[in-house]
Amino acid sequence: MTPITPYHYLVLSAALFTIGVIGVMLRRNIIVIFMSIELMLNAVNINLAAFSLQWHHVVGQVFGIFVIAVAAAEAAVGLGILLAFYRNKETLDIDEMTILKW
Amino acid sequence: MLETVVFYALALLILGFGILVVTSRNTVHSVLFLVANFLCIAILYLSLGAEFLAVIQVLVYAGGIVVLYLFVVMLVSLRGLPDGPRNSRRRTRLGLAMAAAVLAEVSAIVVSASARPAGVPAPELAAPSLGNTEMVGWLLYTDYLVPFEVASMLLLVAMVGAIVLARKAE
Repeated sequence: MTPITPYHYLVLSAALFTIGVIGVMLRRNIIVIFMSIELMLNAVNINLAAFSLQWHHVVGQVFGIFVIAVAAAEAAVGLGILLAFYRNKETLDIDEMTILKW
Repeated sequence: MLETVVFYALALLILGFGILVVTSRNTVHSVLFLVANFLCIAILYLSLGAEFLAVIQVLVYAGGIVVLYLFVVMLVSLRGLPDGPRNSRRRTRLGLAMAAAVLAEVSAIVVSASARPAGVPAPELAAPSLGNTEMVGWLLYTDYLVPFEVASMLLLVAMVGAIVLARKAE
């Protein structure tokens, strides 16, 4: 078996990112769409950690921590918006989210 | 050898749970698969020597964010949630085509990067004298102090914003 190189991690991360993209594109449940976005953020973090190991420098992990902080903020605000939306529309269908359109 | 086996097993688990998150009909099941996915990614971080990131992953993602998701799933009624069947075939095809385009783009980048000879060889450093957590903390509080403070400000703003948004209008 070949040793694991950063390219293996790149491929894994690309596949996970694509799964997240498919979730965002195909699902209509807003909660599942949010979870797909979390999957994509995690794919980015895998890359950061892999290159951190490759270059023997922890700066990639520092940026991974920033990504996690931003993901936490995004989840909090996004789910707050979702609850406010649900209170008004009684649905979680993304196709009903057209109030901003005119 | 062991590293290879661990990587492939973890990659299989991560992708499998990711697919289950996206495809499962029941939203609660999706959230639970998401927890499993995050835990597998944390183990991957461990195998990459990023112990601090693994701990943060378990604490913040598997502990905090997923609980937030579960709360929201419990707060809203998921009955009568239209998903899948009402999706028109054209829309499904369009979505899959766009996802395939993203995959093609990313893999083209990977392939072109791996085909090119490495311009700068990876530095061969001696084993660090500090542990992983010490090095991350040291960087966070020296070179990246300003981004660190901005991140804490962002979290504060997000917290206030979430409370304002989720509060009942008076």
